[in-house]
Amino acid sequence: MADRSERGPGPRASFGAVGKPLRRVDGRAKVTGETRFADDLSMPGMLFMKLARASVPHARILEVDASRALAAEGVRAVLTGKEFPVPFGILPVSQDEHALCTDKVRFVGDPVAAVVAADELAAEEAARLVAVRYEPLPTIASPEEALATPEPRIHDHGDAGNVHKAVALDFGDVPGALASAEHVFEDHFFYQGSNHLALEQHATLAYLDPDGRVVIASSTQVPHYLHRAAARVLGLPPAGIRIIAQPQGGGFGGKTDLFGHEIVAAKAALITGRPVKISLTREEVFYCHRGRHPVRMRMRTGVGKDGRILGHSVETLLDGGAYGSYGVASTFYTGALETVTYRMERYRFRGCRTFTNKPPCGPKRGHGTPQPRFGLEVHLDKICERLGRDPAEWRIENAVEAGSLTANWMKVRTIGLKECLEAVVAASGWKQRFRRLGRGRGLGIASSAYMCGAGLPIYFNDMPHSGVQLLLDRGGGVTVSCGAAEVGQGSDNVLAVIVAEVLGLHPADVRVVTGDTALGPVDLGSYSSRVTLMMGNAAVEAATRARERLAAAAAARLEVPAERIGFGEGRVFDVSDPDRGLSFAEAVQRAEAAGGTVGTVGSYRPPPPPSRYKGGGVGPSPAYSYSAAVVEVEVDEATGVVRVAKVWIAHDIGRALNPVLVRGQVEGSVYMGLGEALMEEQEFRRLPPRLSRALVHQAPSMLEYKSPGTLDMPEVETILVEGPEPNGPFGAKEVGQGPLLPIPPAVANAVYDAVRVRVDEVPITPEKVLAALDSASRRYGPGEFPSVPWPEPLLVPPPWEGGDGGALNEPKRKDRPARRPEAVKP
Amino acid sequence: MMRLPRFRYLAPRSLAEAVAALGDLGPDAAPLAGGTDLLPNMKRRQQTPATVVGLRGIADLRARSGDPGRGLALGAMTSLSEIERDAALAAAWPALARAASLVATPPLRNMGTVGGNLCLDTRCSYYDQNQEWREAIGFCMKKDGEVCWVAPGSKRCWAVSSSDTAPVLCALEAEVTLVSRSGERRVPVADLFADDGIRHLSRRPDEVLASVHLPPPAAGERSTYQKLRRRGSFDFPVLGVAARVRLGKGGAVESARIFVGGVGSRPHEARAAGEFLAGRGLGDAEVVREAARLAAQVAKPLQNTDFSLGWRKRMTREYVARALRDLAR
Amino acid sequence: MERAVAAPVPREKLRLALSVNGEAREVLTESWKTLLEVLREDLGLTGTKHGCELGECGACAVLLDGELVLSCLVAAVECQGRSVTTVEGLRDGPELHPLQAAFADHGAAQCGYCTPGMLVAARWLLDRKPDATRAEIAEALSGQLCRCTGYLQIFEAVEAAGRVMRGLPAPGPRLPEVHRGSSHGRSE
Repeated sequence: MADRSERGPGPRASFGAVGKPLRRVDGRAKVTGETRFADDLSMPGMLFMKLARASVPHARILEVDASRALAAEGVRAVLTGKEFPVPFGILPVSQDEHALCTDKVRFVGDPVAAVVAADELAAEEAARLVAVRYEPLPTIASPEEALATPEPRIHDHGDAGNVHKAVALDFGDVPGALASAEHVFEDHFFYQGSNHLALEQHATLAYLDPDGRVVIASSTQVPHYLHRAAARVLGLPPAGIRIIAQPQGGGFGGKTDLFGHEIVAAKAALITGRPVKISLTREEVFYCHRGRHPVRMRMRTGVGKDGRILGHSVETLLDGGAYGSYGVASTFYTGALETVTYRMERYRFRGCRTFTNKPPCGPKRGHGTPQPRFGLEVHLDKICERLGRDPAEWRIENAVEAGSLTANWMKVRTIGLKECLEAVVAASGWKQRFRRLGRGRGLGIASSAYMCGAGLPIYFNDMPHSGVQLLLDRGGGVTVSCGAAEVGQGSDNVLAVIVAEVLGLHPADVRVVTGDTALGPVDLGSYSSRVTLMMGNAAVEAATRARERLAAAAAARLEVPAERIGFGEGRVFDVSDPDRGLSFAEAVQRAEAAGGTVGTVGSYRPPPPPSRYKGGGVGPSPAYSYSAAVVEVEVDEATGVVRVAKVWIAHDIGRALNPVLVRGQVEGSVYMGLGEALMEEQEFRRLPPRLSRALVHQAPSMLEYKSPGTLDMPEVETILVEGPEPNGPFGAKEVGQGPLLPIPPAVANAVYDAVRVRVDEVPITPEKVLAALDSASRRYGPGEFPSVPWPEPLLVPPPWEGGDGGALNEPKRKDRPARRPEAVKP
Repeated sequence: MMRLPRFRYLAPRSLAEAVAALGDLGPDAAPLAGGTDLLPNMKRRQQTPATVVGLRGIADLRARSGDPGRGLALGAMTSLSEIERDAALAAAWPALARAASLVATPPLRNMGTVGGNLCLDTRCSYYDQNQEWREAIGFCMKKDGEVCWVAPGSKRCWAVSSSDTAPVLCALEAEVTLVSRSGERRVPVADLFADDGIRHLSRRPDEVLASVHLPPPAAGERSTYQKLRRRGSFDFPVLGVAARVRLGKGGAVESARIFVGGVGSRPHEARAAGEFLAGRGLGDAEVVREAARLAAQVAKPLQNTDFSLGWRKRMTREYVARALRDLAR
Repeated sequence: MERAVAAPVPREKLRLALSVNGEAREVLTESWKTLLEVLREDLGLTGTKHGCELGECGACAVLLDGELVLSCLVAAVECQGRSVTTVEGLRDGPELHPLQAAFADHGAAQCGYCTPGMLVAARWLLDRKPDATRAEIAEALSGQLCRCTGYLQIFEAVEAAGRVMRGLPAPGPRLPEVHRGSSHGRSE
């Protein structure tokens, strides 16, 4: 595949749009309040929908009596699970959801019925009249309980009992490595679950367009996947459904599932013939959840005399909540990226996800990788202390090489990890101040990596992951369309900047149409930090094809070879005599005259991953970004309160397409990492079992679910490391998720430097710090890792032990029946 | 979106009109001051008054008379922001200005009133939840149910006094005027509160808290308020320490009153601590330590707010000490 | 699922006359609505957002008679004859208010959902104290939650706007330091 980092004819001395601190193209609309979020949409005759939700955590549904609700004032329709027999789910392997519960409810808040009425209050009051009879089942509140309670099963699918998925992968003989190691270290960690808490609550407006086709305008990060699910569940041809992902008020992974209410609203529109809107309350967003999995971890590492890692073992236990969601992928993610930062000769991973009667967990910024990253970075801090090594130096010394393969067959391409570490070390005065700040103040360091897009699509197919369509009109206007969803991360701006760069325009002159399945080619969605790289590369291709046509037409007009044509500032000119040229509009007209309407497409598919073992599809990426952070804290030993004084963060971004927006993503990631490190908790309250089966969300409000405000945010110094990534558009890598990862472990390590206690879990609360200070072990954290029935491990030799990327004890892929790409049924 | 339930709205122009309406309508009506407590409760269906009696049109409730030298009467509808920004008030009663400035957030302080903050409903993590959530736990003793989930064997409700101004006005020995159809009565703020999560106010439902009376500060008087919460804004107190001392010549304490909020159903007086301080110097670390130890004994938090009860109990000592050190400066 | 409730209050309409962004408006709406709902649903001014409807996030902030309030907790019936300023009223005419321009240029708006409330709160502050310090800005905005930015670019935008409003030159957006990476790989 060609190097995409310097796309276009000839090397660039300077960029026109890339790297410039320009106002984002959707900025004006956001500051005037004109951006149309899903709940801002309104149509004549619109009806309002409210959901009636389960009030018990686990039960069979005996009867749903909607008669009183139907008779209530203003009510037009009531829907129940009977209308939705076709299950769905974001992953093909766990299609375990129904748009409204059919036979069971599995957590308090599980949607059971939908009431459609003339106004929202009438719908809410009528929803309270839906009478459901339940046969209660035992409540399963934790993974430990799930492991101990195989019956009753929360789901009929999954490995066994209430274990959703358990995986075991051996990349070399780790017990052997530990046995021969100079030192062996073992640690236990816990990473609490958390919610995305996007400021915009989920909302959907469904209606029939004038031609009678269904339109679902929704706050979804995945319009394409929603399109497929809606067609299947509604039993309609996909061509008869249009999904519009409205600009969103934050997603962070909370809007990447397919939600029942999106499909129910469409059905309600079909039944009533009227537009139907649903707008979730904040509490309901906590029930949709799909947030960070709580994860217990055990890590064991054997290091050699020189401190290098001979073998590393990770075991994780995930609390999955009541449905599959992305959970199988999340499980693999709690192990997949452990190896892409520091060299590890051998690696062993065990991961287990259980079902519990709580809102389902899924992807939240970092998707399954912040948890083991926390564990590894704190584990390494302890190892370095024991070895008498500086934690920054150890990391720099042991960083993996660019272009290398890891023990678990992840391909590392560019890696700016050393530069990131060096940058934060220098900026924070690490060498002079680490272990020297005096009691009560401390510095902590951590580094990390993240993907630039998942290497495999969620449903098996051979098609591109992103497509971009370009239309050039003879007035000089450019419209670019793509199915990508703008959630605040700036994807619309990336699209405009890239097209503008290639065509020599200002981004504000590029009209962007995104998120609409009827108006733009498929983009798989805004998840796994894929959009800049994948949509960006597709945009480069589409724009380059247009540029070639314009260059040919201009060259003919100017009578120079096409190689001498340059684009800039809205002109198309001879680079050796720049005053000779055409306006962009003229060039379009000439190209149109010469070859017809100027419209181009571009698409992108990631390179096939080298990993060929089952589960090896989770983790590969066209590139990884890298981050490093130093955090300075003050710890008040009288109260245990941790105050973060300053954060230094460096991020290897390849190339910053817009430094203002990149800085915003870095600082926003730092902010969210601090929230998880110090205060965010998706916690549940279980009533005394002898009195009640209830298992309820402890704090389903923005007041009681704690997220940092303006007075809680420390100073942050952001440093970017740019070393263009050949697989990225203009060399760009991701920035929306990576910078979160080093923050929680850096905080934990800083607390240790300050008061010499280890808090081996997040959030690091004052109570835990005090408990650690009071304890003999000088530690607060989980105890023994529970006993998990691991399956037989797949044996996958690392690249340097003669492996070929496959498992020794798994049927070779070519011997297995061929999997046909899934056709979208008509 | 969460919506208010339907309600009738009355807009009395005078206090007499307001109390007449409240007297007529009984428990089916609720007075509306700033709306920052009543409206969220209504949206969560904790309170569903058929009639809301708006107080904003009553000029008397915003009136103020007196001054720091003779004593100040503040209309109950005085906003928390007004109190926060009033320099003369802050000079005379620093703890009150401080407490008002720490309530919630700037817009909520613009809307919220001192009367409303005193009459704040008690709070509990089992109670301050939406209707459907409370249904899932079978409701609770405070509203629609029978069990106190914080202390299932208990016969009383343990919802928490969560007002910042309440412990301060107790410590300052302020008084309030309560007006009803049958007349007026003036009570010390400390007597406004009862140690019960449900019947936590001695204000009857047909009474309007009309004004707050601040006694003039005595010579050598100092006051302070220390608030404990997780974040720098938004959060209710999980502990609030209000202390008022009068220092004699030479700096010894002539009298001290310490009230602790956020750790019980009413602000609790740390009487033993206050008595202990009499005749002693705040500059003495041992004195401060002992007073803090005594004060912490009145804090009996339960597991129904943010933070663990054990930590809040422990912090009571620390925060009383901080309050006393602040007064010693 | 239903608890015993008192006889329901009958539906009543409210004729509400108020000034919105400097213009006299009149609506016939439901008597139990909040100001937020009237703005968004009856007046079509969807710039003001909701994130919680309980006064816990600040997204619905507006100016009511010039004072910063949360419209989700203001009963519409108490707005008779009063004046409201929303994000739509920040500018007079097509030009952006300096705060709006600064937010757009300094990265203070990412998803844009907290932005209307932030702008109104910032406007309230700068109208009273155009030379507000960083600490005063953080305090004035302490009732506005943002989950995207981490607040720092918001503070910088407010500072820049304050300077513009005082006729002073304002800095452009503060850019992160950039280091050159050397770990190049080959494409594949």
